[in-house]
Amino acid sequence: MHELAITQSMFDLVMEQARKAGAKRVGKVNLVIGEMTGVVGDCVQFYFNFISRGTLAEGATLSFMMVPPKAQCQRCDKLFELKEFDWACPFCGSNSLQIVAGKELFVDSIEVE
Amino acid sequence: MEIKVLKDILSANEQMAGRNRQLLDSQGVFAVNLMSSPGAGKTSLILETIRRLEGKTRIGVIEGDVSSSLDAEAVSKESVPVVQINTGGECHLDANMAYSALSNLPLQDIELLLIENVGNLICPAEFALGEHKKVLVSSIPEGDDKPFKYPLMFHKADVVLINKIDLLPYLKFDTQAFSQAIRGINKKVEIFQISCATGQGVQEWLSWLLNQMRRR
Repeated sequence: MHELAITQSMFDLVMEQARKAGAKRVGKVNLVIGEMTGVVGDCVQFYFNFISRGTLAEGATLSFMMVPPKAQCQRCDKLFELKEFDWACPFCGSNSLQIVAGKELFVDSIEVE
Repeated sequence: MEIKVLKDILSANEQMAGRNRQLLDSQGVFAVNLMSSPGAGKTSLILETIRRLEGKTRIGVIEGDVSSSLDAEAVSKESVPVVQINTGGECHLDANMAYSALSNLPLQDIELLLIENVGNLICPAEFALGEHKKVLVSSIPEGDDKPFKYPLMFHKADVVLINKIDLLPYLKFDTQAFSQAIRGINKKVEIFQISCATGQGVQEWLSWLLNQMRRR
């Protein structure tokens, strides 16, 4: 639902970096998205195609590296993937967890010509 | 050629939120971002807070909605300064919208600013406004599985209010399991059980609020 605002911010960031590098065309944008953000890749691509029309990022492909939510147990220190509806450490059963991955929302790199 | 960027997509919003925060701090305003699903009771909580803190602190309100000014009209009856933001389709407030609302409020006359975000448990979690605390209003009829469905929102909240607690005898809701799930992914969270209809627990919420304001 919030993809339009996120895509617009991402597009601004991509354009700023591309201009700084003196690029003529942006071919690819590599994104890292944590699954906890609820951002839907297809939706971002759809908005991106629309927003980038007539710019040097027109036609760029977006690549999404989705990061599943991971937690670290605060009791036994083990790392594990956080499953839906089950927020307990699979090793010791503790439900005191620190979320260590899954909230990412950044541009890793862009590929330009 | 590949260019490493490694930049947060919402960094522009974060910067703007930082500027809002500076503006609020310079005027001595404590700001709270109230978030919830539609109908959880944000507006009722604001009205109840205004009524009970009358004479104790000076309150201002920002009302965020996709459309209509119904909430702002309800709040303006309480004779506190209120600004309505209509997002025109956007499902959350962002720092830029908050800034324009701040410019339309008499900040020098406000000590506590209550910002009612758009009713939505997903999008507002991502967009900082410059607030000092994030408050999530959850309510009994929504069910106790919400932390599992919207973990980011529950992870980011400073306070979770379990509203409509007077409905507990009529609905299936395990407050202990609910609280335990939240605390699992959010160590700092404060949880209060309240009812804006009966007034139960509202005093605890207000004490927390006043205490936070004093501490600054």
